[in-house]
Amino acid sequence: MVGVKLFRTWSSPFALRAVWALKIKGIDYETIFEDLSNKSPSLLQYNPVYKKVPVLVHNGKPIAESLIILEYIDETWKHAPLLPEDPHERATARFWAKFGDDKVLTSIWSVFIKQGKEQEEAMVPALENLKFLEEELKGKKFFGGETIGFVDLALGWLGNLISILEEIVGLKVVDGEKFPLLSAWMQDFADAPIIKDNWPPRDRMIVKFQALRDATIAAAAAAAAAATSK
Amino acid sequence: MAEEVKLFGMWASPFSRRIEVALKMKGIQYEYIEEDLSNKSPSLLNYNPVHKKVPVLLHKGKPVAESLVILEYIDETWKQNPILPADPYEKAMARFWAKFLDEKLWPAAKKVVLSKGEEHKGLIEEIQEHLKTLESELKEKKFFGGESLGFVDIAANIIFWLLVVQETLGLDILTEDKFPGLHEWNHRLLDDAVFKECVSMERLLASFKVRFGALTASK
Repeated sequence: MVGVKLFRTWSSPFALRAVWALKIKGIDYETIFEDLSNKSPSLLQYNPVYKKVPVLVHNGKPIAESLIILEYIDETWKHAPLLPEDPHERATARFWAKFGDDKVLTSIWSVFIKQGKEQEEAMVPALENLKFLEEELKGKKFFGGETIGFVDLALGWLGNLISILEEIVGLKVVDGEKFPLLSAWMQDFADAPIIKDNWPPRDRMIVKFQALRDATIAAAAAAAAAATSK
Repeated sequence: MAEEVKLFGMWASPFSRRIEVALKMKGIQYEYIEEDLSNKSPSLLNYNPVHKKVPVLLHKGKPVAESLVILEYIDETWKQNPILPADPYEKAMARFWAKFLDEKLWPAAKKVVLSKGEEHKGLIEEIQEHLKTLESELKEKKFFGGESLGFVDIAANIIFWLLVVQETLGLDILTEDKFPGLHEWNHRLLDDAVFKECVSMERLLASFKVRFGALTASK
């Protein structure tokens, strides 16, 4: 089997990374949209360990985990490189991409799924993590420098999700005054060619993430009630 | 000195030990700085302000943090005895398994030490699920890297920490009958000249017994 397939969902920010990379490099591919409440046998066969999207299948061989997919794409199609050539710069890029997933995403998600005092407390590490990103942007238009690169794609979810999450919880997380560089980057990235044509519909995202927040809060309340009644 | 390589590490950190394996495998001279994590050096805080953790590799005055990122940096900078495969697909698989070890096996192994009752049982089951996955990935291979020790084997050093936990708490998690492949692999690694310099099983056991040994009474 030849060719490139991408298993994704309409909303997954992780799958979007692969979409951006493939389109930036002009690679032809087939999209398979998954319904995660009813995963296809193909998805389960191609990603038995995590059973998640995205999965890239190239010449019949599957690759899972979005940042690993990005590196695979970059190493297989060498034009329009996403990572720099210099080993130290590559290490720095990998560091920030990992920081984005391990710290920025988790801390912002924490703010999103909490309320009241807990949410206030969750804001502290979230803002600290964003400050590191603000610092890293000094003197640069994109994290990749003059053009979009690996780190921009890795952090690209900030470009649509932040405003969606802010609207749902009624809180400003990336304040333009506190984070001028990050705010500018979010706008520049969101409006960039290719990126701007591939955002999922905002209204659908709001409905989806509102439901996710409600369900998470309800589950946490139920667990807390169950714990106290023991 | 232009090529100066320094490693900020801690003997009991598997993440730090990974870097020592890689540097030794490639025959790279380096200065080792042992950090007291309860009293971190100004250098460490300066070189890793984001996480303030070990390991940090310093090469030509520039720091690299996060063990898997450091391993890739080492492999791209010193090309003898490659750690990662050359083929992009094989490389992607190696990265996948290293990530699996760090994101799935390690957190469960860390938590099991301090857990009790239902949570404890659940964690042991979870760890064994992950070990099953690793066992089938290892299959008939000598190492995760194939004929020779590679990226995934280095990352899988956390399994040694699991064995230390297991012995300290008197638990049967990674047993020879359930995981014959991993059991063999474990012995092969401990027999490897480089690897065995980079893990202090006796010292770890002694240290864990002091810190966690008392917990066996409360189970």
